[in-house]
Amino acid sequence: MTAEAEYAAVPITVTVNGAKHDAVVEPRTLLVYFLREHLNLTGTHVGCDTSQCGACTVHLNGRAVKSCTVLAVQANGAEVKTIEGLADGDQFHPVQEGFREKHGLQCGYCTPGMIMTAVPLLETNPNPSDDEIKHTLEGNICRCTGYVNIVESIKWAAEKMRNQG
Amino acid sequence: MSHDVASMFPASFGYVAARSVAEALELMVKHGEDGKLLAGGHSLIPAMKLRLQSPRTLIDLGTVPGLRGIKEDNGQLIIGPLTVHADIAASALVRKHLPGLSDAASVIGDVQVRNRGTIGGSVAHADPAADLPVILTALNATFVAQSPSGSRNIAVDDFFTDFYTTALSANEILTEIRVPIPVPGTGTAYAKLPHPASGYVVVSAGAAISRQASGTCVAARIAIGGLGSGPLRAVATEIELQGKPLTPQIIAAAAAKAAEETDPVEDSYAGAEYKRHVAGVYARKAIEAAVERARN
Repeated sequence: MTAEAEYAAVPITVTVNGAKHDAVVEPRTLLVYFLREHLNLTGTHVGCDTSQCGACTVHLNGRAVKSCTVLAVQANGAEVKTIEGLADGDQFHPVQEGFREKHGLQCGYCTPGMIMTAVPLLETNPNPSDDEIKHTLEGNICRCTGYVNIVESIKWAAEKMRNQG
Repeated sequence: MSHDVASMFPASFGYVAARSVAEALELMVKHGEDGKLLAGGHSLIPAMKLRLQSPRTLIDLGTVPGLRGIKEDNGQLIIGPLTVHADIAASALVRKHLPGLSDAASVIGDVQVRNRGTIGGSVAHADPAADLPVILTALNATFVAQSPSGSRNIAVDDFFTDFYTTALSANEILTEIRVPIPVPGTGTAYAKLPHPASGYVVVSAGAAISRQASGTCVAARIAIGGLGSGPLRAVATEIELQGKPLTPQIIAAAAAKAAEETDPVEDSYAGAEYKRHVAGVYARKAIEAAVERARN
């Protein structure tokens, strides 16, 4: 068998932010590079590339995952949501608004991952304690060390989402 | 895709999405040592990015129906190997019957890791610093392995044979993790000292303690993680508790023997003497929590 045949590219269909994408990918393509380089969705960042930092967090079938540690072929048939798919038209998601209102970012590199990890938390736990928020963010690292305002941002969003009912 | 950027890609490999256990078994025979099973990928993909592993073909079990989920059957919980840690941590069945397993599943890695990492992948990878091998040892789990010639059961005490090595043969797939539901009056718990950066186990302890209404210990299974190539039974602690009233003094004295006659693996974070000491501390925490649950 030739190397080309042995490592044959694989056809996949992935729904990203509601739009269906057919692609043919090398098996070793990581989901984050599929999003960034095939679909040009560069809002999802690559920080550590070793599943530590959480900058690459996206939703895979509604759950927060580190897209640097998922193969694109493993997302075949799945629904992916990235930071670009979070706003409703011009209307930011409350968690995005919270990060603006409470200064939840400095350099902004970790922000998309922080937000994508926080959203499922608030969907299942509308009024999380500081501790619950901090535990949820265990897998998201901010090198500016702006954690206090990140927690404040998520609490602001939680309150807004509760008020919206 | 451009590969001229400094990114961590695994070496090239082929990919096959298995549609059944039978097909996956055929693929394992076909690819032999060049093939590797893929579950959640949260141990394998990082290892492949570091080129510690370079399988030529990945056989994906994530596409096989029926390998995910938790059910109660005939006095056991049967857990599919593709069940992710988050689902185990959140399972009402697990919380009711095996809260020690909920404890362990909820402290693995972080939220994102728990959403992808699987119980079968974790035990088959057999990382000496993993959580689930320790609690599954305390819970006396059984692993069901299927090969082309049939299936067999492997007791947890025989399963973890060395660093990153299990009793599974090259032609076997782990198809079920079976955990007996403990008798009434039993409590189970897991306590962990995590590495502050990686979150992996420095030392951890799992305990299953059965007590009579009088407060006497009638059975104890204690496992310690982080000391050796896999989980170790704390036999001296188990014997010390047997038939005794479960008072704080007796628990403390028994727990202090948890690391007796062990030769802990040292690393830059934790030396052997320190590990032996904290093994006693975390054994005590796990036993106390298990006893508290056995009371209720």
